[in-house]
Amino acid sequence: MKKLFALLLVVLMVVSMAACGKKGNETKGMSDSPLPSKEITKDFEVKADFKIGFICLHDEKSTYDKNFLDAADEAIKALGLTETQYIIKTNVPEGKECYEAAADLVDQGCDIVFANSFGHEDFMLQAAKEFPEVQFCHATGYKAHLENVANYHNAFASIYEGRYLAGIAAGMKLNEMIEAGKITAEEAKMGYVGAFTYAEVISGYSSFYLGAKSVCPSVTMDVQFTGSWYDAVEEQNAAEALIARKCVLISQHADSMGAPGACEAAKVPNVSYNGATYESCPETFIVSSRINWAPYFAYIIKCANTGATIDTDWCGGINEGSVVLTGINQDVAAEGTLDALKAAVEGLKNGTVKVFDTKNFTVAGAAATGDAVIDGIFEESKTQSAPYFDLKIDGITCLNEKF
Amino acid sequence: MAKTEKTLAPLVHIVKRDPGSVTWKYRLLVRAIAVLAALLLSGILITLLTKKNPLAVYGSMVSGVFGSPRRIWNMLQGVAMLLCVSLAVTPAFKMKFWNIGAEGQVLISGLACVATMMFLGSALPTGLLILVMVAVSILAGTIWAVLPAIFKAYWNTNETLFTLMMNYVATQLVDYFLKVFVKDGSGVLTPMPQFGLPVIGNQAYLLNVLIVAVVTVLAYIYLKYSKQGYEISVVGESENTARYIGINVKKVIIRTMLLSGAICGLAGLLLVGGTNHTISTTTAGGRGFTAIMVSWLGKFDPLYMVLTSFLLVFLDQGAQQVSTDFRISSSISDIVIGIILLFIIGCEFFLQYRVVTRKNRKENV
Repeated sequence: MKKLFALLLVVLMVVSMAACGKKGNETKGMSDSPLPSKEITKDFEVKADFKIGFICLHDEKSTYDKNFLDAADEAIKALGLTETQYIIKTNVPEGKECYEAAADLVDQGCDIVFANSFGHEDFMLQAAKEFPEVQFCHATGYKAHLENVANYHNAFASIYEGRYLAGIAAGMKLNEMIEAGKITAEEAKMGYVGAFTYAEVISGYSSFYLGAKSVCPSVTMDVQFTGSWYDAVEEQNAAEALIARKCVLISQHADSMGAPGACEAAKVPNVSYNGATYESCPETFIVSSRINWAPYFAYIIKCANTGATIDTDWCGGINEGSVVLTGINQDVAAEGTLDALKAAVEGLKNGTVKVFDTKNFTVAGAAATGDAVIDGIFEESKTQSAPYFDLKIDGITCLNEKF
Repeated sequence: MAKTEKTLAPLVHIVKRDPGSVTWKYRLLVRAIAVLAALLLSGILITLLTKKNPLAVYGSMVSGVFGSPRRIWNMLQGVAMLLCVSLAVTPAFKMKFWNIGAEGQVLISGLACVATMMFLGSALPTGLLILVMVAVSILAGTIWAVLPAIFKAYWNTNETLFTLMMNYVATQLVDYFLKVFVKDGSGVLTPMPQFGLPVIGNQAYLLNVLIVAVVTVLAYIYLKYSKQGYEISVVGESENTARYIGINVKKVIIRTMLLSGAICGLAGLLLVGGTNHTISTTTAGGRGFTAIMVSWLGKFDPLYMVLTSFLLVFLDQGAQQVSTDFRISSSISDIVIGIILLFIIGCEFFLQYRVVTRKNRKENV
């Protein structure tokens, strides 16, 4: 009897899988991206003796580093660098080792040295001061405009625009739930798993929230911090806690599969980060934003070869191809999401949509003020490339603040 | 038939060698064969797993260590620091006191050193600052080492567990103070080279290398020729014998761990005050544990330990270069290091024992 039952189950599963497999038509499964990667065009000659060195904190096993390594490969291929024109050092810790790695890359003739982790900054600066003839580029740092070292540069991307777009997709999903009578407008509460309480994360979740609010005015959001960039268990716990607090949609800014996995298990829609989690979360994944570093790599390589000066702070946006979205999972996303996102991308491009427009949010009941607010817009990533929006806007509740 | 079988010796059996009978030529031969066999096996594995030319891989290892003056200096610094920590644990091991807490002893002295640099750096004149740094670092390392020793000497607690646990306490303390010291969230304390130990000969690592060289010679003399060194050996061989001939075992244990901790304190001082000028939870870099291998492979002889430290640093630094040059996962390099170490340790068997086959035995009889 048991065997028969098991057999029946297997047959049932095969049939249901086959049924799922048939969903490959236009309105089911993954759509095209509303904001895809841009192809890199080569409009300069790479000198024969040109060389670039990359320093990565971990290797491909980390989603964060993989994003950089993939971008490096993309830029190298598009610009036709040969095997001897680039060196990639992985697993370089945030310490003296980073300085030694950078100095070694200089010894090997690199014209540019790039490092990808926040904690590499002091050691990159040290090397930059010692080797003024080599360009040092550092992602996510903030000291370039303070230190005034001519050959040291910071870079980031206006990823808050990507998160704003992802927020629109989230807001539309909430609207769909409200219209279907699953929740009331007041119950439209999202949950957000954040790593730390610094500006990078605050800017991220605030822009995500504002994106959702732009289509679903009644939305609120709870934020739970984990205190780590990569902690699958903590991220899963945080997502589960948020779901238990009646959050009906979850997003995250941390690097593991903890939060998306918890959402798939609880069947709660998820807006992801750093790449599509559609493969493992087909029933809950909506869309994901990420930074594409390939345009920055192409830019610095071009500067080094044409003798142009690299910006002290470079912040790539939608136009540069630095901010990209994955396709939309049409099985989960609300109808019309793709078109709405395409329209919002245009709005951001031509400046009619501003993410941190102070008309759209309040801080403790009042309009936001401060040096960064110019003509009613909080100008994010203008004075330095790394995010600095750290206002606590109304509608968002931080459940813990210890990190 | 049955009777004749009974009288036959086993096909092979193993006999312990007389230590005096092993010539240095034989030692060298066995070790050379072991290294060659290890390289051959790793070469086959590399070819099978990564389809790379193993000769090119070994070439890249050598270039990673000797390829430029900077790499040679890095290697010298690596050897010096690993050797320094190994010299610290050696007297304890010789006494059969299993000090696996060198990692924590180095870290805590580094923390003491960095705190001194932060808070007294601009208040004290350079000479006095350096004196305070030296004193504070060595004191911190000593305290961290002597606590388990006192508990062992008076209450016979398990020193392995005690010293191990002290590692975690030290790591967490460093983690905690980094959160207190660093405000920008990076967890990286900006280096303070202005408060570091003096740089001699315009070479950042020269001072460390010279100091450790001196300590190596002193440690050799202390262990081999001093009365205290002899007492350590006796306590290690048998505590009862030591007591019988009138050695105060408690005193020897505590005194030796004071020394062990002081040398770890020196390592912390050189790492933080001498070269890094900052601290992180990985400043000791696992040297506290690698040192155990260095010490055992070097048979607790400081001069041999120079060679074994070099071997381990060579493998580590070479492996990093391999993963850079060939873009292969660092796990492959770790596998190769594992194989080479296994062969080198394994070949000791053939130096201490010999294999006798049935045929040989007949001839012997």
